Amino acid sequence: MVAKRIIPCLDVKDGAVVKGINFEGLKEVGDAVEMGVRYSAQGADELVYLDISASFEGRRTFAELVGKIARGINIPFTVGGGICCLDDASRLLDAGADKISINSSAIAAPSLISRIAGKYGSQFVVVAIDAKQIDGRWLCTTHGGKKLTELELFSWAREAADRGAGEILFTSMDHDGTKAGYADEVYRKLHSMLDIPVIASGGAGSIEDIRRVLDEGCADAALAASIFHYNQIPIPELKKALAASNINVRL
Amino acid sequence: MTAIIDYDAGNIRSVCNALERLGADYILTDKPEEILAADRVILPGVGNAAFAMESLRQKGLCELIKGLRKPVLGICVGLQLMCRDSEEGPTEALGIFDSHVRRFESSPEAKVPHMGWNAIGNLDSKLLRGLKGGCHVYFVHSYCPDLCPDTIATCRHGQRLFSAALKYENFYGTQFHPEKSGEVGEQILKNFLSL
Repeated sequence: MVAKRIIPCLDVKDGAVVKGINFEGLKEVGDAVEMGVRYSAQGADELVYLDISASFEGRRTFAELVGKIARGINIPFTVGGGICCLDDASRLLDAGADKISINSSAIAAPSLISRIAGKYGSQFVVVAIDAKQIDGRWLCTTHGGKKLTELELFSWAREAADRGAGEILFTSMDHDGTKAGYADEVYRKLHSMLDIPVIASGGAGSIEDIRRVLDEGCADAALAASIFHYNQIPIPELKKALAASNINVRL
Repeated sequence: MTAIIDYDAGNIRSVCNALERLGADYILTDKPEEILAADRVILPGVGNAAFAMESLRQKGLCELIKGLRKPVLGICVGLQLMCRDSEEGPTEALGIFDSHVRRFESSPEAKVPHMGWNAIGNLDSKLLRGLKGGCHVYFVHSYCPDLCPDTIATCRHGQRLFSAALKYENFYGTQFHPEKSGEVGEQILKNFLSL
């Protein structure tokens, strides 16, 4: 049986890993390659690097960085942020990325999913979805949660899967940053309607939160950022606790 | 010197990166004389087995690979090409391992592609020296080799028990990606480099 995955997520700006603090600004938390090597040694199953640079120069730095990450770490990693066309995806594949994640650009042009999956296989394409609940409906947002769309989460997740996405990475904007637990019921529903893996993101504050989304929420993987960056939950301790709760993890 | 066979079969940079991390000399090549001169050979591969097999044929490397008497390691689709045949295509393959490659059947508890970390067991070869049964390695594939007398490690995905690794004489193969399998994968590559 495939093990449930623990995935640290690293936001990268102009080559450095950063973390937003209370919307006031970004704080640099470390070097992208060094942090990846450390997480991998601690037992992370996969890494996600998101480029949050807005500038052209930042994007170019990121592509170079992907090559360094690929040379440095010995586990799979996904890269995302600013991938708008097949060429962007090809460049990151050539640099050594195992998977790419697309979000706003897939909503703007859904054929991008099938275009990339058709050329490199579904296993290469993660469709990331940021959504929030409005009047009882889960609606997708783009541009890092800034723009609300009329697109409904579950129908979009289904369409993305039908178009060839290999995985869905769903972030609940209502839970993100709260450290009060993941949107467990939403993951459970996504799991029941899709036959591709679902990655949970947004809301991790404790080992119990992660256990719950992997167990009750049926998520295939749990992604988190700050709890790992600030060593609030060390990965070895987390995985031991999950194994003790009969969650199938790689130790 | 390790020759990594370059035959347009998907992204093989990660194999080169893994050897670099281990400090091993390698050459990425499709030239028969360079493959014959190397101490050992890696046949990588990602993507469609039938396309990959056709590419090997066009480069005229099939008979050369079958005739090698030095350690050879096939990875993922590289291993599948060393089997008898594959349902993907379908295609005849090199016939080094006496195994048939078939597609997984998808089910809610066993999604296809089989992607992620899974445990391997029944380990039996110098290639897997130092590993414990039940250790996890990284897989990404939709087709898998049947069990056969050449099987040196097994893995279960849903109802299917398949060959996670194979060996026949000097030929080895892993269905998983040692280059992406953390410390376990590094141990396997080190073992291969010291064969």
